[in-house]
Amino acid sequence: MAIDLRTVSITPLRQTFGHLARRMGADKPASRYIEATMDLQPVENYHYRPTWAPQYDIFDTARTRIAMGDWYALKDPRQYYYGAWTLARGRMQEIAEGDFDLVDELGLAAAYPAAGRSAALKVFLPLRHVAWGSNLNKAYVSSYGYGIAISQAACYASMDQLGVAQYVTRLGMAFDDLDALVEAKTAWLNGAEWQELRRYVEDLMLEKDWYEVLVAQDFALEGLLYPLLYERYNERLNAAYGPVFSMLTRFQREWFGETTKWMDSVLKATAADNAGNKARLAAWIKHWRERAVLALKPVAVLAFGSDADAVMDELVLNLNARAAKAGIAL
Amino acid sequence: MSNAFIAFQKNDESRCIVEAILDDNPGAMVDDQPSMVKIDVPHRLVIKRETVEEKMGRSFDLQELQLHLITISGHLDETDDEFTLSWNA
Amino acid sequence: MDMKVAKKLGLKERYSLMTRDLAWDTTFQKMADVFPQTTYEGIKIHDWDKWEDPFRLTMDAYWKYQSEKERKLYAILDGFNQNNGHLSVTDARYINVLKLFLGSTPPLELMAARGFSMMGRQMNGAGPRVACQMQAVDEYRHFQTQIHSISNYNKYYNGMDEFAHQQSRMWYLSDGKSFFDDAITAGPFEFMVAIGFAFEYVLTNILFVPFISGAAYNGDMAAMTVGFSAQSDEARHMTLGLECIKFMLEQDPDNLPIVQRWIDKWTWRGTRKLASVGMMMDYMLPKRIMSFKEAWEMYVEDNGGALFKDLARYGITIPKCFAQTVEEKEHVSHQSWIGFYMKPGATPFHTWIPTPDEMDWLSEKYPNTFDRYYRPVLEYLDAQEKAGNRYNNKTQPMNCQVCVSTMKFNEPGDSMEMCFRESVYRGEKFHTCSDHCKEIFDNEPEKYVQTFISSHQALQGNCEPDGVDVDAPDYRPGARMLDYWRLDERATGDFNGSDDQKNFAVWREQATKN
Repeated sequence: MAIDLRTVSITPLRQTFGHLARRMGADKPASRYIEATMDLQPVENYHYRPTWAPQYDIFDTARTRIAMGDWYALKDPRQYYYGAWTLARGRMQEIAEGDFDLVDELGLAAAYPAAGRSAALKVFLPLRHVAWGSNLNKAYVSSYGYGIAISQAACYASMDQLGVAQYVTRLGMAFDDLDALVEAKTAWLNGAEWQELRRYVEDLMLEKDWYEVLVAQDFALEGLLYPLLYERYNERLNAAYGPVFSMLTRFQREWFGETTKWMDSVLKATAADNAGNKARLAAWIKHWRERAVLALKPVAVLAFGSDADAVMDELVLNLNARAAKAGIAL
Repeated sequence: MSNAFIAFQKNDESRCIVEAILDDNPGAMVDDQPSMVKIDVPHRLVIKRETVEEKMGRSFDLQELQLHLITISGHLDETDDEFTLSWNA
Repeated sequence: MDMKVAKKLGLKERYSLMTRDLAWDTTFQKMADVFPQTTYEGIKIHDWDKWEDPFRLTMDAYWKYQSEKERKLYAILDGFNQNNGHLSVTDARYINVLKLFLGSTPPLELMAARGFSMMGRQMNGAGPRVACQMQAVDEYRHFQTQIHSISNYNKYYNGMDEFAHQQSRMWYLSDGKSFFDDAITAGPFEFMVAIGFAFEYVLTNILFVPFISGAAYNGDMAAMTVGFSAQSDEARHMTLGLECIKFMLEQDPDNLPIVQRWIDKWTWRGTRKLASVGMMMDYMLPKRIMSFKEAWEMYVEDNGGALFKDLARYGITIPKCFAQTVEEKEHVSHQSWIGFYMKPGATPFHTWIPTPDEMDWLSEKYPNTFDRYYRPVLEYLDAQEKAGNRYNNKTQPMNCQVCVSTMKFNEPGDSMEMCFRESVYRGEKFHTCSDHCKEIFDNEPEKYVQTFISSHQALQGNCEPDGVDVDAPDYRPGARMLDYWRLDERATGDFNGSDDQKNFAVWREQATKN
């Protein structure tokens, strides 16, 4: 079936789907993100109640104490629909692959000073379990969150965390082989430095309000942990020993920088919707920030020794500033 | 005996994969359909990395099969060297 | 150990480090509280680590391959759209397949995305959780690429623009909605059997493989590319479904009767859901590759047969409904198409009477049934249409309480008799379309009395557009149904004489002549 079609200009009957024209207030072409996201989740005429939670509809706004006039206000400034997300991660993956190859080829891991290596692995390797917990908690948000805007972004973030857990595993394999991973798991399960952090992650696995999970996991915990370890600690290692760990955790830093934009924008839209949200977010952030500080302090000591307090204090100020920018007074 | 099968989108890479399957699976049957090709093998179908590499003239990771797959039938076992679909009965 | 050992890890060991080894048994919170959903269905699991994911895809490889697929897919879509690819399809009737597809499929892929996210949270084991999460994110891909590929058609043809609004309101989309609502509201193991196994393994081939091959055959590069690209994820999904069944059966012999009941139930529910696929293949594709009956034989009878023979070692038997599906494969596509033809004002896609050539093809493909039962009906309807007396059934349909299909299927063994079944629950009568739907109802009446049947709901005043006062003295239920559906009248009724037909002819003329 080969017909030769000349490129002719045909006037379309319409520019976009009805639900998008109503949302945009005009019949105009919509971006692929908008087409892939807006108003797609069913909101009515459900057939059955969940046997696992009969008090709720399949998708139910009552699953969080946050209220929104429009749940699609929680849109993603990165405009990640699946294609955009996976292309972005594909590029990051390629860079990471190059970094791991280079470290391997040049023998950079073997040449890394022994003291630095042992200290760094103690800090970094248990983080593969933190990321695994984050994967699970984000899966909760994507499962029970309301509207595709938040559910898809949480789904991608959850997969990102699985990726992080696997990159940290590869870091262990690149450096010290499998023993270090075993030691790190033992430390995660029993080491005094890690127990408050593990308690934090496990407690969140029982938290029922999906938006609170998002605040506690993504904003409070990761908002402190990523700059603390993937940024500041790497800077310290770079200065003392050389930049190999920094190379092999590039994915995590880039991920955090990018994901922060999403998180802050979602918080801002939520706070802007009504005063109740604003107060609720402030209360959650204060509560989980205090717990996150408590959970991260022993790890900070492991990484920074006597400088731990100063570093943590500064990061808490940064986190507070992010909240303030999102319109949330703490 | 039941057939294990696999179907691919038609393209240059899958052409090599199909050739490799035909070499390694006596009794393989090819069914050409618009834009796709389906291969049935009684009981057990195996794709060998080495054979695909020979056909392509480059190194090949069996996970690359995912780019071209359309459907499969049979229990799957995948190692670094072989991708196998089989029925026990 | 030295560094070399780590590098030499095989795929299996490496994958285990990348998944199972990341997990730990929680101690600050009880595991039973972290994963509260996996016991109430009665499935017994003793060792979650026995779950194998044979694909063993880590995220780096996932991103590498998936981004390559997406790059190709969107490049082809852009090219197709820039070159008015919609005008290269065989004829404009084909586009009605896309309307049916857009209304019925992306909304269900979305439910699969949400459902597998829930599995990716609720399954205790690291292996199944990761596989479910990967399927969840793939399902986002599927509904989004489907919408993207049809988006350009929506600009030129009627009937696609309100799919998002119609997904929960349109009477004929209610069967698919009830299918997924049923699965997602069940427990996690039943969901896995329903969607992962019965739907993905036993039945999706019949939807996607012929649909995509059909799209290719009819010149629709956009749908073909999207469809094939989605299918490349499907092999992983099918494997997950099969692994789940094996896992449950290997874990405890007590699981067998539960799993068998679910297989029976969901194979039947899926079969009913796919009746409209039959009419798409046999009636709506201007160029046809194979009949629905042939596809059913290849993908369901042969492939499903192989599967059930294999599972016999666990004590699984072929689904109870199998014999009936074999009988019905010669009927359902005709019954569905005639059913839709008879309701010309109530769907956002067009219907038509097949041409004489097409009827001959149907006679050849359905030697046992077409000439005997369906050709006479179609020829009668054709004659009536030509005489200006086009058939139009304006009554509310009667629906099955379980599958929500309109009652239109015949009694097994008697093609001239319509099949009805009836159950009484708490003094109220409920109607079903078949023995299998009746059995499903009778097993869980408390669930199926909830089914949202739009013909009932409309009469109760629950299907009205905003602003209708159902207590007003002159209120007539259902009078504003088209508004409730947001149904564009240009998209309804006969293809012959439609705007789509005229526009396509004019545009193709412009595009192919100087």
